[in-house]
Amino acid sequence: MFIWQILLLTAGGLAILAGIYREEVRTVLMKAIYICLECIGIG
Amino acid sequence: MCVPGLNCYSCPGSLGSCPIGSLQAVLGSAKYKFSFYLLGFFLLVGTLFGRLVCGFLCPFGLIQELLYKIPFVKKIKTFRLDRPLRWLKYIILAVFVILLPLFIVDAAGTGSPWFCKWICPAGTLEGGIPLISASPALQGVIGFLFHWKLAILLITVLLSILIYRPFCKYICPLGAIYALFNKVSVYRYHVDREKCTSCGKCEKVCPMQISPVRETNHLECIRCGGCKEICSSGAITSGFSLGSKNKGKKS
Repeated sequence: MFIWQILLLTAGGLAILAGIYREEVRTVLMKAIYICLECIGIG
Repeated sequence: MCVPGLNCYSCPGSLGSCPIGSLQAVLGSAKYKFSFYLLGFFLLVGTLFGRLVCGFLCPFGLIQELLYKIPFVKKIKTFRLDRPLRWLKYIILAVFVILLPLFIVDAAGTGSPWFCKWICPAGTLEGGIPLISASPALQGVIGFLFHWKLAILLITVLLSILIYRPFCKYICPLGAIYALFNKVSVYRYHVDREKCTSCGKCEKVCPMQISPVRETNHLECIRCGGCKEICSSGAITSGFSLGSKNKGKKS
């Protein structure tokens, strides 16, 4: 269990860093700064 | 940046992104077809908290929790299809959150956020209703989709008065993701089987209809703490711990 927890936490941290490096966060931010018309049911 | 709970980023007051909306945004973008950022976010939050997020950090969970407190003649604790329907959220996760945004794309290679668009009542409640109420321009363009989503929201609200957290139990793809980490999460429940008197009170009080003793840290456990409070022998505890520490054997 302990090993799995450490492995998952480390993998999570590394994957977040990889996502930031690939600029995925920019896509999330771009989606978030505009009102998502589909999300609110306008389409 | 994402927040752990289901919090629509179309809400006029939101400061963080919904992880499910963000996942669909990245998978449906023309540039990426895999999200390391969201995978890492789910691994980190899921491994630390599991479904504690559902129990204590999700705004839509709180709304359902409050709605269930409204008195009604007869509350529905369980029904015939209750257990099989719990698997529906995993199907919704796979189909509406991952596969459809990934593979149904327009000419520019961009996919729609299918779950947000067709299912999520949180977006209608937190974003749709406030924005449309405040904007005459948006009121002029509402059509079938808004009425469809409004109907889903109304059904969710009504069911939440009758059934404890129906959206969390049957629909929520975010809960489905965190559920996968319940067995290994750092925050977890522990049952001291030497102290347990097998009185069955914890099973009766569990709003998710699981047995905290036989099914400790079950996929459906949202860590609400009801079993811990009712246990008179103090056999059930919870906390952050690396590794497993369930004590003794239950005959």
